[in-house]
Amino acid sequence: MEALLPYIINGISAGGQYALIAIGYTMVYGILRLINFAHGDVFMVAGLIMVYTTTSMPLYISIPIVLVCTVVLGFVIERVAYKPLRSAPRMSLMISAIGVSYLIQNLAFYITGGLPKPVLNPIPWVSDTITIFGALTKRVTLITPILTLVLVFVLVYLIKNTKIGMGMRAASKDFETAQLMGVKINSVISFTFIVGSFLAAVGSILYFTNYPSVAITSGSLPGLRAFIAAVFGGIGSIPGAVVGAFIIGLCEELIKGLGYSTFSDAFTFALLIVVLCVKPTGLFGEKVTDKV
Amino acid sequence: MSENPILRLENVTMQFGGVVAVNNLSLHVNPGEIVALIGPNGAGKTTAFNCITGVYQPTNGIVEFEGKPIVVAHPEGKMKKLYAGENAELYMSRHPIDPTPDKITKLGIARTFQNIRLWKSMTVFDNVLTAKHMLAKQNVFSATLRLARAEDKQMAEETEALLAEQDLLKYRDDLATSLPYGLQRRLEIARALATKPKLLLLDEPAAGMNPQETQELGEFVAQIKEKYGLSILLIEHHMDFVMNFSDRIYAIDFGKLICSGTPDVIANDQRVIDAYLGVSEDE
Amino acid sequence: MIRNNEKRKETILGIFLLLLLLAVMTFIDAKLPSYHIAIKVIKKASVYALVAVSMNLLNGFTGLFSLGQAGFMLLGAYTYAVLSIPVGKRAGVYQYFDGGWIQFSIPEFFSEHLGETFGLNMGIIIALLLGGLVAAFFAYLIGLPVLRLKSDYLAIATLGFAEILRAFFQWKKLGPLTNGSNLLKSYPDFGSATGYIVLIGIFIALIVLLVNSTYGRAFKAIRDDEIAAEAMGINLAKHKRMAFIISSFFAGIGGGMLAMYMGTLQALSFKSTMTYEILLVVVMGGIGSITGSVITSFLYIASMEWLLRGLDSGTFLGINAPGLFKNGFRMAVVSLIIMVVVLFFSKGIMGDREFSVKGLIRLFGGKKAKENAGGDGNV
Repeated sequence: MEALLPYIINGISAGGQYALIAIGYTMVYGILRLINFAHGDVFMVAGLIMVYTTTSMPLYISIPIVLVCTVVLGFVIERVAYKPLRSAPRMSLMISAIGVSYLIQNLAFYITGGLPKPVLNPIPWVSDTITIFGALTKRVTLITPILTLVLVFVLVYLIKNTKIGMGMRAASKDFETAQLMGVKINSVISFTFIVGSFLAAVGSILYFTNYPSVAITSGSLPGLRAFIAAVFGGIGSIPGAVVGAFIIGLCEELIKGLGYSTFSDAFTFALLIVVLCVKPTGLFGEKVTDKV
Repeated sequence: MSENPILRLENVTMQFGGVVAVNNLSLHVNPGEIVALIGPNGAGKTTAFNCITGVYQPTNGIVEFEGKPIVVAHPEGKMKKLYAGENAELYMSRHPIDPTPDKITKLGIARTFQNIRLWKSMTVFDNVLTAKHMLAKQNVFSATLRLARAEDKQMAEETEALLAEQDLLKYRDDLATSLPYGLQRRLEIARALATKPKLLLLDEPAAGMNPQETQELGEFVAQIKEKYGLSILLIEHHMDFVMNFSDRIYAIDFGKLICSGTPDVIANDQRVIDAYLGVSEDE
Repeated sequence: MIRNNEKRKETILGIFLLLLLLAVMTFIDAKLPSYHIAIKVIKKASVYALVAVSMNLLNGFTGLFSLGQAGFMLLGAYTYAVLSIPVGKRAGVYQYFDGGWIQFSIPEFFSEHLGETFGLNMGIIIALLLGGLVAAFFAYLIGLPVLRLKSDYLAIATLGFAEILRAFFQWKKLGPLTNGSNLLKSYPDFGSATGYIVLIGIFIALIVLLVNSTYGRAFKAIRDDEIAAEAMGINLAKHKRMAFIISSFFAGIGGGMLAMYMGTLQALSFKSTMTYEILLVVVMGGIGSITGSVITSFLYIASMEWLLRGLDSGTFLGINAPGLFKNGFRMAVVSLIIMVVVLFFSKGIMGDREFSVKGLIRLFGGKKAKENAGGDGNV
């Protein structure tokens, strides 16, 4: 147990980061029924921007820049790559998402020159080393889950109590009817992408502060794990995504702790497949039926 | 039930959560009969079809085809508590049978759909030919290597014959979805016939047709019934069609059978008239 | 009768064109050295064509959106490599695992008994087919749970299986079989591009025949409308499994041939990015068009490996701009083109039509196939 403690702490922290990414997946899926394959790459881009800005600017400028740029990127992706395909079959939308992911990775490769960018100036204080219950860790490990929960509560409050949040709920129940009832569907979707990208940027800052470097493929695995977390919790459900993310983060770190690092991702995918086969709607998802 | 019916439903109930779509429905179709199932919108007619063809597993009841049970169900799991139909215990002791739609079609029951479901990327010819796939004896290797030429030829010829019968041969190479609505309905019937059924289920075959087309369709249905020795169960809203061409009629409302009998009986039944025209509460 | 005559004419012309292609191939093979870029492009493009067509069979013709392609290619590639490395070289390849568990080589065995060239090639083909069979077997197992899933769930589950497979192949305990995360190398190659073209031509022809058979029509019926297909007696589970297994079989062979082309093999290269790349090739060629997939594979590989090389190395079309044309620019340009196709020409080069001899005749006859284009345009 003693030996596993650091892994548990890391697991909770990883869970918080996955939760921040998973919310973006789950909200987009809830409304557009689209697996936004590019979301993991948005996360990666946020990390890259952080590396570039923190080396040349003070923190109080660079962090807002990271957030704003990521949000703009998420917004532009939706407007350019998904909006024109709104009436197209779902498969086209998914292909477009895969295409965007491919494009972002290749552009990032071109711009960075293909080498992983080292995280030189991680955020001070946050990345200091501290000791909890005798386990050495960085302060960010503690901050992450707390910040995640705060942001999730704010988000849930927004969705429950604001007009645009109501629009989001309506659109995820029934896209077409919501449109007919006067919900401004385009602004609702844009807002969803903005919120998703914002949370991914926060997650990215926390994640890469704890990490030695950002590579162009750094986004795809956390992205996939977060997506699995979203499916596990019941895609379309925000609490589901958060719970799923913490479970996945914990399981993964525990498996590493037990000495099976090679299989930590394999386990995550195995979990996904078991969930899909046994209860495709996940922990908190709703059932959808086709009409004959 | 004079002779051995080809299709028999016994106490079939289909419940979705708290909604009882079909409630304790029992009916039968005798060989060579045209039987109509009528009722207002949402009465549960298409749901009954879906229970027969295996699209849904009913919550309770039995469907028999040619004397053998093909679907057996009783309330299980969550439905055990929720069940709001009748005769829940009747089939408890029986082993449930829950076949997939393709198995039921292979037994000899073919259907058409209320909202036409043709294969949209295929030509008229291919739509019918593909329905013959079920009868093909060739396996995937002999099919790929074209070893079963005789069978391929036979399938193509039978398809042409079916199209000719429906006057669709001139549209042979057109996309199925490019046909006018009425012809699409005919093509769906041809496609169903391609599986060589014994029982044909038609879901609103005359929907969207004018009186003259409806009349022609009725004559055509009677004609193919004779030619292929079919029995037919159909859902229809065109009353003149139902009255003129069916041997017997079952009327249902809110999933329950309200009346059955020959067209004359149905036409004069107060309950049927009420169900269709509505009856105010205070009468 | 007229129809039959026309058909025969088409077949003859088609065979003639294929023979012409083969003659050109052998000519190129004889004239150019094997390290020439054209030979490399032909080899790699033909492998991509096979893999893309096999993916199209599943995603395009059966409507099952699977993203497990890289995983099945990995299985085929490893099976081929493990079974073909000459016994004498195994100690060197498996240096960390005492020469590995397997101590025979199929191509070596055949070349000893059936003669140097013929036996070697026979052995290679048999090892490739075994790779396909292994991939097909795994497809059968994986298909049991995942094929019941609907569209995007199926995509993500197959993607997951591909990742699990990759993790297993890098596992140290399987090292004596897979060499863990180290390279596999020294396995034999056809040596000529003609071998690739002929073999892959046969496989693609088989897929074309399958697609146009009664089973192929059943696949298309499932794609167009599952509920109607089931109501017409088509067993969904059986046919989906069949399409999945067949597609994986050819993906496995493709993986084996890719390993053969690359010369060295590492599980790390079979990432989901590879699946995406192939998927995008299929999309650009037109989902549901086999000739589209083939043509796009050749265009894609030719431009990636050859024509657009300059974009990465400073000079392109005579323009010298090392600041702009640096490493990675080529991929960036290609992925931009892909995005433009996906967004504005979503039907790809061919839509769901096929490039046919008939179309060719009509094209050269000057009659632009208006009715054909109009008919297919509004699908």
